Amino acid sequence: MLKNSQHSYGWIAIAIHWLSAIAVIGLFALGYWMLTLSYYDPWYRLGPWWHKSIGLSLLALTIIRLVWRWVTVRPELIGSRYEKFGARVGHALLYALLLVTMVSGYLISTADGSSISVFDWFEIPALITTIPEQEELAGDIHWYTALSLIILAGVHALAALRHHFWDKDATLKRMLKPQK
Amino acid sequence: MKKLLLAAAVGAALSGGLSQAQAADYVIDMEGQHAFIQFKISHLGYSWLLGEFTDFEGTFSYDEANPGAATVNVTIDTASIDSNHAERDKHLRGDDFLAVDDYPEARFVSTSYTESSDGKGVLAGDLTLHGVTKPIEIAVNEVGAGPDPWGGFRRGFEGKVTLTLADFGIDYDLGPAAKTVDMYLSIEGIRQ
Repeated sequence: MLKNSQHSYGWIAIAIHWLSAIAVIGLFALGYWMLTLSYYDPWYRLGPWWHKSIGLSLLALTIIRLVWRWVTVRPELIGSRYEKFGARVGHALLYALLLVTMVSGYLISTADGSSISVFDWFEIPALITTIPEQEELAGDIHWYTALSLIILAGVHALAALRHHFWDKDATLKRMLKPQK
Repeated sequence: MKKLLLAAAVGAALSGGLSQAQAADYVIDMEGQHAFIQFKISHLGYSWLLGEFTDFEGTFSYDEANPGAATVNVTIDTASIDSNHAERDKHLRGDDFLAVDDYPEARFVSTSYTESSDGKGVLAGDLTLHGVTKPIEIAVNEVGAGPDPWGGFRRGFEGKVTLTLADFGIDYDLGPAAKTVDMYLSIEGIRQ
């Protein structure tokens, strides 16, 4: 039940998927909102603190997720040849956008060599500080990939709903609860 | 008598023209990094935030015999703002402050220089910042001039001016103590 089977996701994959979904939506909304705050707003400093802490946690979770995806069996995709192809491309893009968004975010805050605090619990040090105009370039990439990610996640959700209500198959159900 | 007056007037005009021609032109030494444009702004009224523009270029002309004819022209790359904090610099380059995508350059063009006897002076000119051009007056101190050890001739000035951010359309609220920013300029020119 923890691991994936040929036909369904296990609890570990399900938990990581929905945690990631909540984190992505929350991070996008928080990131958008925190840029509108005035200097004297109590969230002017708290917003970025949560955004960076959750973002780096999600990056770690995503790396674990990819390893888990690699070591466990993947449930077979449901649908026509074209749907399966579309699903593969879509999922690969989601992973790519997740990683590029989070890494570019990390590169903004560490551009001057500063480390990033994760929940004031530990610090992630800077690794790359030498890209010209790093915080600007990383900032642009961060915005456009985050926007693409949230749009593609919406398409992903619509596709799941289509499978559930239109095709009436187990695509969505097996991501909610392991199926026999 | 009339002819004499005319000759005197022509002579004066000529010598004026000559001294004008002798006014030395200097290029601000960016290659050797002997020029600085720094700023200081209050943080909440409790401390100072310091930073600088690292990338700019400019020229000036100055004639010791006729300092009133001095001119200065400086162009600043606004994206080169550096306050030693990447996240803050990114914010400062953004639309809340310098909007460097829209206004990549700031420019100062002098309009007059008034020198007093003690090596100080007031440099008036137009500053274009954030797309807004305003006359400003920089309090100048003549630091020194003379031959350098490598065969050239150098001349340096420092200047101070306080800018009100709202005058230049920068109105992000940093609090009542941070309405103005103090600029400190230190430039060294190499005579051409």
